[in-house]
This record gives sequence, C-alpha cells and structure tokens, in this order.
Amino acid sequence: MKYRDEYRTPDAAREYADAIARIVTRPWTLMEVCGGQTHAIVRFGVDQLLPDAISLIHGPGCPVCVTPIAYIDKALEMTALPGVILCTFGDMLRVPGTQSDLSVARAQGGQVQVVYSPLEALTVARQNPEHEVVFFAVGFETTAPANAMAVYQAHREGLGNFSVLVSQVLVPPAIRALLERPGNRIQGFLAAGHVCTITGYEEYEPIAREHGVPIVVTGFEPLDILEGVYRCVRQLERGESRVENQYSRAVRRPGNAMAQQVMQTVFQVVPRQWRGMGGIPRSGLGLSPAYQSYDAETRFGAVSGGAERQGECLSGAVLRGDIRPNQCPAFGTRCTPERPMGVTMVSEEGACAAYYRYRRPAGGSARE
Amino acid sequence: MSDRCDNHCPPMNDDHDVVKMAHGGGGRAMAELLDGIFRPAFENPWLAKQHDGAVVDMPGAMAFTTDSYVVRPLFFPGSDIGIMAVHGTVNDLAMCGARPQYLSAGFILEEGLPLATLRRVVDSMAGAAADAGVRIVTGDLKVVERGKADGVYINTAGVGQVVAPQPVEPCRIQAGDRIVLSGDIGRHGVAVMTAREKLDLESAIESDCASVAPAVLGLLAEGIDVHCLRDLTRGGLASALVEVSESAGLAAEIREADIPVREDVSAFCELLGLDPLHVANEGRFIAIVAEDDAAHAMEVLGQYPVTEAAVEIGRFVQGAAGVVTASSIIGATRVIDRLSGEQLPRIC
Repeated sequence: MKYRDEYRTPDAAREYADAIARIVTRPWTLMEVCGGQTHAIVRFGVDQLLPDAISLIHGPGCPVCVTPIAYIDKALEMTALPGVILCTFGDMLRVPGTQSDLSVARAQGGQVQVVYSPLEALTVARQNPEHEVVFFAVGFETTAPANAMAVYQAHREGLGNFSVLVSQVLVPPAIRALLERPGNRIQGFLAAGHVCTITGYEEYEPIAREHGVPIVVTGFEPLDILEGVYRCVRQLERGESRVENQYSRAVRRPGNAMAQQVMQTVFQVVPRQWRGMGGIPRSGLGLSPAYQSYDAETRFGAVSGGAERQGECLSGAVLRGDIRPNQCPAFGTRCTPERPMGVTMVSEEGACAAYYRYRRPAGGSARE
Repeated sequence: MSDRCDNHCPPMNDDHDVVKMAHGGGGRAMAELLDGIFRPAFENPWLAKQHDGAVVDMPGAMAFTTDSYVVRPLFFPGSDIGIMAVHGTVNDLAMCGARPQYLSAGFILEEGLPLATLRRVVDSMAGAAADAGVRIVTGDLKVVERGKADGVYINTAGVGQVVAPQPVEPCRIQAGDRIVLSGDIGRHGVAVMTAREKLDLESAIESDCASVAPAVLGLLAEGIDVHCLRDLTRGGLASALVEVSESAGLAAEIREADIPVREDVSAFCELLGLDPLHVANEGRFIAIVAEDDAAHAMEVLGQYPVTEAAVEIGRFVQGAAGVVTASSIIGATRVIDRLSGEQLPRIC
C-alpha cells in the first residue's frame, strides 16, 4: 500500500537505528505525544531497535484516556433520559464511569449508537426528529474540525434536536504543562503528526524556544518514528531546540486553514480538566457563544467536577509519562482489558492496552 | 398481535407476504411455508419422508458439530446468512478431519420478515449445501413476535464421517510443527462491517465465505498427517493461534510479513484502527503439520481455488502455552493476543 509499506521496511528501519546509535553519546529521554504513535512503537517493536541510551516515554495523547470521568458519567446520565439517543465513537463504549460504562448502559436498554463520523450523528438527528440526539465530541485537534462541522451544519439546517457533549482538548498546552511539572524528565518531543496536519506547528515554536526542547512533528509508521527520534536526538546532541517537521508528506507549517476556520467559528478556547493531569488553562475547546444552544450541557445540565477514581490504578502516572504501563503492580494481573482498572487499559490507543496486547509479561520482553 | 390469521392464510405471494405468527403455529400456514419454500429448495429423500428426524447410515467414527448464525445484515458482499450457516458448519466438520455429510437446520424467524427474503436465504443455503456436497435432512421452524429477533436466525448442526487416519486435534501438535495458513485474511469481517455500517468503499470487499472441506479432504487423501486444523472465524487468526497453542501446551512463533492481507482489507483496517489478525473470516483455516510435510501440504492446497494462496506463516516451539509471538515487519517481536471484547473503531 502506498504511503505505508515504504515506511515499514526492515532494512531502512535498521539503517535508522544504526544512524541513531552512531550519533548518540549520552542518555536522552523523549516523549511521543500521541497514543497512535505509542501503539505503533509497541506493536512494531520500534523501541527494541533503539540504543539503550534512548528512552521513549509515552504521552497523554489518547483522547479517550484523558476525557475526565465526569463526562463519562454525564453521558451515562443522558442515556437514562427518555427520548435521548447518545451517539459516540466506538472506543468510548468501554471507558468506565463512576458506576458503569456506555456498553453496559446500551445493554440495559439505553439508546447508545456507535457512529463513525459526527456527520453520521446528524443523520441520526434528521431521522429521529422526536428524539434529542447528543453527539459525544471528544478528541484532540484531529477530531475538532469534523465535530465543529457537525454543529455548523446542524445550525444551518436548523436541526434543533441535535447537541454535542464537548470534551475537546489541545496538545500544545499539555506539552507546556508536562514541561512545567517539577522534576520533569522529558528532553524532547515527538509531536503528533495528525494533530499538526490541522493546526500546523507554529504554536510549538515558542514552546521549543522557551523550554529549550527539540520538538519533531512525527508520523505514525515505524520509519516515521525512527526518523523522528533520529532528528530529535541529533538536535539534543548538538544542543539545539527547534521545531522540525518529519511528517512533511502531510504537515505544512500553517496547517489546514479551512479546518482551522470552522474550528474557530464553532469553538472557543476554554480551560479543561484532563484525566491524570488535572486542570490546564486554555487547554481545550468549548462551543463559542453563537453556538452555545447546541451544547448538551446547556440542555441537560452542566458536567459537575467529580473526583477522579482513586485506588490502585496508576493510569494518571502512565498518562504523565511518569511510569511505563508494565511498571504498575496491577498490570496484566489484576488489570487486563477484560477487567480494566483504568482508562489506559480500556482504550485501543491507551498505553496499558498496547503493552498488554503486544508485550504481556508472559512474552517476557516488556518486563523492566 | 393484530394480524394473526390462524389457519386461513391465502396462498403465498412472495411479493407482498411476510412471515406471520401462524407460520410457526404447526398448522396449515406452516405446512404451506415448508412446502412452498423449504422442501423444494432442500429436496432429498429424508425430507420427503416428513418424519420427526432423519435416519442416516454412518460407519465408523463420526464428527458432530453445531453453530448458530445471527449476522446483520442478512446479505452482504460475497455471501449471506444462508451460505454462512451451511459453510460454517461444514467447515467445523472438516476441521475434525471428517467428510461433511448431513446437516440439520433450525430457523427462528421474526414476524414480518418478507417471504421473498426468506426464500432468498433458503435458496442460498440450498446452493451452498449442493456446493459442499451435504444434505439438509431435518429441520425446525419457529416464529417470534416482531422486534424479538433480527429477521432470521439459523442454527445448523452437522455430522460427517471421520476420514483422517489419525486424530486431528491440538494435543497432537509437536514443537517444530509448521503452521500453514490457507489464504488471505480479514475479508469476511470487513465485508460484514462495511455492509452493516453502510460504509461506502470505492469497491466492495467480498466475504471469503466458502467451504474448505474439499481442500482439507485433499490434504488427507494425499496421506498428509495433519496434526491439527482450526478454522478462523470470530476473533480471527490471532484468537485461533492463541487457542490452539494453549490447548497444545506450546508456544508459537509467526512471521507477520508472511501473512497475506489484501490491500483493500489492509487499508480499511488501517483507517479504523483494526488489526487484520483479529478480523473474522469464514473460509480460512490453519493446518498444523510436521516440518517435513509443510511443502507438500502447500502444494496440495495450491490445487484448490479456496486455498490456492496457502502459505506457511510460522511454527510451534517449546515455551509457555498460549504465548504466540510475531516477528514484526520491521524485524522486532511482539506478542499476539486474543481479541478482547468487541472490535471498536477508534476515534482518530
């Protein structure tokens, strides 16, 4: 397949790994921001090819994982209301709320419909005029334009029975928050290529400058990630801290202007709570005043804070990159995808699920 | 129930008629349905007797299996529930080293199902049974109220004479045995998913649903000592490998780069974040044979259209039971796990 197979060839992977080994003179700790990258690293064993001096730590970029439990609870509450159809992306179904999850709510008769795109939720709203249709709008900048478009379209059509429960988050403020934490270990970032196809990477330039960290906009194939690591390490070894674009086949510095325009029309920047990272100012999107009436929280009541679930689960530390999934004592024993303690084990893009799927303790290779 | 018609239904007219509660009532309506749709399609001496069951001759060891079919939508590119209900059970018999011979068919019909749809399903079953060389010799029919089922559910059970000289089962697998995969994976699951979710693709990906019995019987006829067979259905290749290696008490190693996945299937899986190793198949299996027999097995399978792309993908080794590792396409290794829960498309 074009644009894929050429980024998965073993010889080229080995060449990149050798090139990294040649330039590295001391230990470096890099974070890949996006869950898709974590998944690829663990699935293809990219980290196994890297010299020991390079540690990759896995970032918070799993949209399901960082959605606060209070939003899951709110969605669950809506499924219990008569006449409400909740439309959601599939991987929200098994994310645990305080008491239950959406797959259980569906099994108990709640109207939960899995959609593949927010525009499909609009179709559901058109076909069910007697129902209130709520779309669960989660994700990073990658999902924001399509989610914004659904609201924009609903407004144009005067589709009064459509609304969105918004938990949209933004990557750059999270990177800043990670760098500003006391005891931060992260020396360089692989930024999420798909997010940057939308936003471009101008916003990352001051972060690199002010914090003295290289940031490499990186793709998702094994060779992309190896090249991203190579470029990041090369900057670190030279004492540089710039934004570089490894994923130039998809990303331009200004990003996608049309996508940004619809986002800016429908959404405004707001403070957001992140699971595992707490409140971060200006780190999310909410509906702008002109589109407020499409906010499910306006119609069905605001999401109330809600404490994060405590207990043995260390998913917060995993999301912050403080520990690797297999360093959690519950990993693979008391916590599995069938009986997850936390969201990072539930989501397809969660780091714990990736480790469980590709590196169970029985496999031996992941124990450190 | 507003339109129960007891025993006074007019003659069947597929264009307008639908399944009614009376069709399951055991009376004249049911007899008309059986005579109008089922008997002509499945016609054979056993059904003609109109007995409570079928009496068949079966010398020697017999394999016996059952499966239920609840797919939605009923029709999807390349196959339908009727074809699946025959081939699925036929393939289960073949996996036991048996020649599939006789099937039963139990139907649960939803009130309101158009008779034309039912006829299409039944005709598909008849065609698939003829292709696979099996007879549908006994059956059952029930009707449930509208909303209590999804059009039609089918259960088939099957029996067949065991022709493999040695048992075909996981406990016969030895370290060093080779794993031969019968063809490309993932097409059935993708075909059903695209039809169910009405995902428009440039070109339809057709299900791989097919009887694999001729190819399996071919292996046995060539005198290949097949240690174990497993068809790849729900849970895909990954789940089959993990299950077999657990039962065998051995570990397995596969080479991901050697697993054939059609480009359109692969692209679909990339888009939705699915692993082709977890996607369902209906006409694919793995055969586990001694190292020395692997080349011969592939040569034999190469002669049948359904298995012409058979390929060796790995082997069993001493190690922890159920641990299947793959050498990834960039040369590192990873663990292959069962599918957990249902397959859910990701957000971005």
